[in-house]
Amino acid sequence: MSELTTTSTPAGTGPADGAGSSAAVSARGVTKTFKTRQGVVEALSNVDLEVAAGEFVALLGPSGCGKSTLMRVVADLERPTSGSVEVFGKSPARARRDQDYGIAFQQAGLLPWRTVARNVALPLELHGLSRPERKERVEYLLDLVGLSDFAGHHPDQLSGGMQQRVAIARALAEQPRLLLMDEPFGALDEMTRERMQAELARLSVETGAAVVFVTHSIPEGVFLADRVVVMSPRPGRIVGEVVTGIARDVPRDDALRQDPAFFARVTEVREVLHGSPVSSDGRELR
Amino acid sequence: MTQTQTQAVLDPAPTDATAVAASVDVRVPRLPGVLGWARAVVLAVLGLVALVGVWEGYKALAPEDGVVIGEQRVLPRTTDLAMPHVWDMVQRLGEPTTSMAGADPLWRSVADAALVSLGIAGVSWFVGTTVGLLLAVAMARLRVLEWGLLPWIILSQTIPLIAFAPVVRSWGSRIEIGGWDWPPWLSVAVIASYLAFFPVAVGALRGLQAHSRIHADLFHVYAAGWWSTLRRVRIPSAVPYLLPALRLGAASAVVGTVVAEVSTGYLDGIGRMLVSLAGQASGDPAKAWAPIFGAVALGLVAGGIVTVIGVLLRPYRRGEAR
Repeated sequence: MSELTTTSTPAGTGPADGAGSSAAVSARGVTKTFKTRQGVVEALSNVDLEVAAGEFVALLGPSGCGKSTLMRVVADLERPTSGSVEVFGKSPARARRDQDYGIAFQQAGLLPWRTVARNVALPLELHGLSRPERKERVEYLLDLVGLSDFAGHHPDQLSGGMQQRVAIARALAEQPRLLLMDEPFGALDEMTRERMQAELARLSVETGAAVVFVTHSIPEGVFLADRVVVMSPRPGRIVGEVVTGIARDVPRDDALRQDPAFFARVTEVREVLHGSPVSSDGRELR
Repeated sequence: MTQTQTQAVLDPAPTDATAVAASVDVRVPRLPGVLGWARAVVLAVLGLVALVGVWEGYKALAPEDGVVIGEQRVLPRTTDLAMPHVWDMVQRLGEPTTSMAGADPLWRSVADAALVSLGIAGVSWFVGTTVGLLLAVAMARLRVLEWGLLPWIILSQTIPLIAFAPVVRSWGSRIEIGGWDWPPWLSVAVIASYLAFFPVAVGALRGLQAHSRIHADLFHVYAAGWWSTLRRVRIPSAVPYLLPALRLGAASAVVGTVVAEVSTGYLDGIGRMLVSLAGQASGDPAKAWAPIFGAVALGLVAGGIVTVIGVLLRPYRRGEAR
């Protein structure tokens, strides 16, 4: 892995190969303000983001940096105050109606009265897939996330990690070319979290979907993503990005977690995040 | 094998530490087992025994004239006229209602009257629940309706039933559709439903607004319509709020039925019987208590029916705290 190339680029200039109509996400000058009792809060300030088809991008930053808001703008759950967003060359609202993306949140958000299988089938049911087609697709998806034996269980009978796997299966139900994930492993314990990361990496390769992955964990972002976009709060903006250079076909396993090149990228992201050099043992030099 | 063990065996990921914790904490409201039922029965019997004990104990220990402080009597007299023995009340239930030859035993008359009232209360509960649910859905659909309707719904409950009972009765008596006459019991049911709809409307509205943000986001992402969201998320999420509302509604329907029977002069129900036997209490004190027992039984049956509905809706109460 020592042949990994380090490419630290200034904000907003992602790889150009995904430009044009094939880009999964193309955000230009996105600004989002909220009116609160304390006055107007600028959650996003003039953000540019380009995500190529099939690319895995982590949005990383401390709480309040607008990373979730940016994802929600892409998902058409929020409207930008100004700027433009395109998802596969369409408006977010159109992309949403066309089910071009799947979504997962920090909480699994399963319907507690539905079985695992019926939870995964929910979007298919809403969009009029026939019963046999649904059954076939659900079987495939549950197999994909390793929960075939739990099809008839209810969410309260599953662990947090298993619930989140159901949520990911549901997000993948309609074969989206883009996955939007808002800290999906944030509520899980460390062991479960590492296993889920490996699983997500595998899924993203198998499905070929682009992923926008919101996280506040630096190792998580570096481990999973092709590119880590670093954001900073007040106002929420992109301060830089790090291309991890870890190819998609590199297995996301414990060997990678211990690879010096992985540590180098983690340090690099930390430097972008703090805006200052960091010594090799991870402490700031200041 | 217990469920926990099964889970551990089935779990393909034994390193998943939370799996064990989650499988222990299966938060489904369960049907009580044999032990649970036995405990409930024992507690109910103990409660009854305690009540009888307090009644008879006070009767035995307190002075004939009750407890008087200054000029004010703060606790009732203990004479057989004011407080008949419990066993006299029970015994009276088995004796004929009146001294007429061939009269039914008292318990039979009380049961007949209570059944008539139960039927009326049932109709009023059904009407009240339907109206309450429709109002709640309308208010959940349009904020303007909530602002416009909710104050009136609350205001409606400040008008005492007996104020408009005679009006409803006289309107009802004038209704005739085809050869069909508006029966007097229907007036009673309509008046009682006026009481029963209120908790359902308020509780259901609260429940319909209780679905989580994440579900709202998800259904927005799925581009699901309002009715589809209502059916698949909002109504199922409302069930835990709806059940207490239905129980309150059932209690209101029973109280409303009894009061409406009295205030419209309906003769066949338990309400009328309560009043007329209380009038005979000076001559037959134990007899006046029989319809009171009947009314209590009526309330218990109504509550029991809602409990059965709750059991049927158990799948939608998953995740409810035990």
